[in-house]
Amino acid sequence: MPVHAYTSDYTGTVRDLAENFHGNHVVYVCWERHLLFSCPFAFLVPPQTSFRTLRDQLMAEAYGAHPQWAQIDWSQVNWSVSGAPFEPQLDKTLEEQGLDHKASLRFSTPGLDGMSGAGI
Amino acid sequence: MAAKKLSLKDKYALLTRDLDWEFSYEERKEAFPFEEFEGIKITDWSKWEDPFRLTMDAYWKYQAEKEKKLYAIFDAFAQNNGQLNVTDPRYVNAIKIFLTAISPQEYQAHQGFAHVGRQYGGVGARVACQMQSLDELRHVQTQVHAMSQYNKYFDGFQNWSQMQDRLWYLSVPVSFFHDARSAGPFEFLVAIGFSFEYVLTNLLFVPFMSGAAYNGDMATVTFGFSAQSDEARHMTLGLEVIKFLLEQHEDNVPIVQKWIDKWFWRGTRLLTVVAMMMDYMLPNKVMSWKEAWGMYFEEAGGALFKDLARYGIRMPKFADQIEKEKEHASHQAWWTFYTYGQAAGFHTWIPTDEELDWLSEKYPETFDKYYRPRWEYAKQLEAEGKRFYNGTLLQLCSTCQLPLMFTEMDDPTLISQRETHYHGEHYHFCSDGCKEIFEEEPEKYVQSWLPVHQIYQGNCGGPDLPGILEFCGINVGNDNLDIKGSPDEQRWKQWKGVA
Amino acid sequence: MSKVYIALQDNDVSRYIVEAIEEDNPEVTIIHNPAMIRIEAEGHLVVKRETVEEKLGRDWDLQELHLNLITLGGNVDEDDDRLSLTWNV
Ligand SMILES: [Fe+2]
Ligand SMILES: [Fe+2]
Ligand SMILES: [Zn+2]
Ligand SMILES: [Zn+2]
Repeated sequence: MPVHAYTSDYTGTVRDLAENFHGNHVVYVCWERHLLFSCPFAFLVPPQTSFRTLRDQLMAEAYGAHPQWAQIDWSQVNWSVSGAPFEPQLDKTLEEQGLDHKASLRFSTPGLDGMSGAGI
Repeated sequence: MAAKKLSLKDKYALLTRDLDWEFSYEERKEAFPFEEFEGIKITDWSKWEDPFRLTMDAYWKYQAEKEKKLYAIFDAFAQNNGQLNVTDPRYVNAIKIFLTAISPQEYQAHQGFAHVGRQYGGVGARVACQMQSLDELRHVQTQVHAMSQYNKYFDGFQNWSQMQDRLWYLSVPVSFFHDARSAGPFEFLVAIGFSFEYVLTNLLFVPFMSGAAYNGDMATVTFGFSAQSDEARHMTLGLEVIKFLLEQHEDNVPIVQKWIDKWFWRGTRLLTVVAMMMDYMLPNKVMSWKEAWGMYFEEAGGALFKDLARYGIRMPKFADQIEKEKEHASHQAWWTFYTYGQAAGFHTWIPTDEELDWLSEKYPETFDKYYRPRWEYAKQLEAEGKRFYNGTLLQLCSTCQLPLMFTEMDDPTLISQRETHYHGEHYHFCSDGCKEIFEEEPEKYVQSWLPVHQIYQGNCGGPDLPGILEFCGINVGNDNLDIKGSPDEQRWKQWKGVA
Repeated sequence: MSKVYIALQDNDVSRYIVEAIEEDNPEVTIIHNPAMIRIEAEGHLVVKRETVEEKLGRDWDLQELHLNLITLGGNVDEDDDRLSLTWNV
């Protein structure tokens, strides 16, 4: 039963459908073990954005304050989407590689596990 | 000879049950339409009894007495400039959170109890809910009155009702009560009357208010304890409700258990904000959040669930997770608010060295290992003139609406994220608890008004941050940012005659 | 056996109520916190009208307890003469 309601065929209005974002999508990104940023980020992006733009502009701006950001060796990074391993293709759009509206991307940077041994 | 005084029991019978009537020309079902759809079976409403046996005449008498005492203290507080007696201006920020995050929920509780107080077929339950509804209205009114004195001297109090509707982190308490109020009448009572009032409001009103006293805030401690004197009755009602439902029919047991599982988790998430108020926002500390949790959740709640075991009720489902979180929740929350301090309606700060030491002492397992290093780094940045603010919007949980700021409890440097799918859409959560709640009723939670998404949809002013904050009722540059250099701090120094 | 508890505002009337509770329940533990007094007992605790009246030196209606009450834990039962708090296990 998708809801316990007095009205037998009750359905709710889905508030966050892609069409409500004026042509943009929301994409979440989490850099593991870098808790200077206490939460994953929510980026508003056109679905035609390339992965390179997401990484080198949006993420760089959001994470750039971290001393380890500049040290990342991108060939060593592990990516996942919804818990499954993911191989980003830099010059394809987010849409083309299945990063759709409200997709959740995580990455870890082996050897760069935050500061002070505390995942900061 | 004077007429014999009625005994409490007789008076309760006359002034409660005797006020009910039989339905002769309407179907009972028509009069109480919401009584059955949740699956709860009531066989005999007359088994309901208020253990305090409070009747309406006595209710008015004692509530009037409480109000008189309370307002005498408010007057004295104002006349003596009591706002100057608080320990330091940082403290007042906890009270700003109280007014914006908690007081409006008193009003929602009032509305909720007024509604269910009409919906039960049993007159005892209706009278008790009516009294509680009036209590909750009293709570919001007295809280607003008490804090109006602070509003004359400090920033951040002026737009509490607008903030409540619009400001991102306030959607957490708002949605909690919307969830309860849009449920059926029995779930509402298990949610608010039992899960919230019996265990969780104690944590808010007892150790926190004792802390307010310890920080020289007589107005807050007085409204807090005055409200809590009503809560003692609400708690008792909550416990009676549970026992009544469980005794009425064995089919009620699994339904009630499911609600307990849900609402203890929702309540625990909600209280994260209180956790950070206790550990970080009271300059003089009474007890840590972890200690308060041990006393009111583990000890008092444990006793309660042992007592309920005879009905087949067990501890709330996520109790193990909850127990681990007491070591982390306040630290993770205050760090989040500190790093998003430009987008908050109150001031934030780095704990002083003495406070860091107190936290180490109170949290020997976790603080030095995981949390002190963050503050040391923040101090370093601040000393370099680069006070850290996080400028990117964050991901929110589709159920509790808090940011995904909690970590895996067995791996405390790894953020906890959970995901589910419904009708082809992704939904994200802070925890297994929130994910399960969503999966039980997706048609309800697909409607969550998640502030970050609302901002991105263009519904919250802006699109720049000052514009969004103004839309929320924040006086930008005064209400937000660090306490250091704030107008609050400057005024305080003037009043106290320090440079 | 679990602990029942009652917490009262730390004021002039409560002081006598606490005295009465101590007299009627010799086993209780009394804890003083800022602005509040917490009283705990194993399994059972009773507040008796008569004893409170004796301490206060005036008539006292049990329902007046609500004026000073902060919180309590345990199954409640109240009549004209006593309020009791109990856990069964
Ligand atoms: Fe209340
Ligand atoms: Fe209440
Ligand atoms: Zn959540
Ligand atoms: Zn997904």
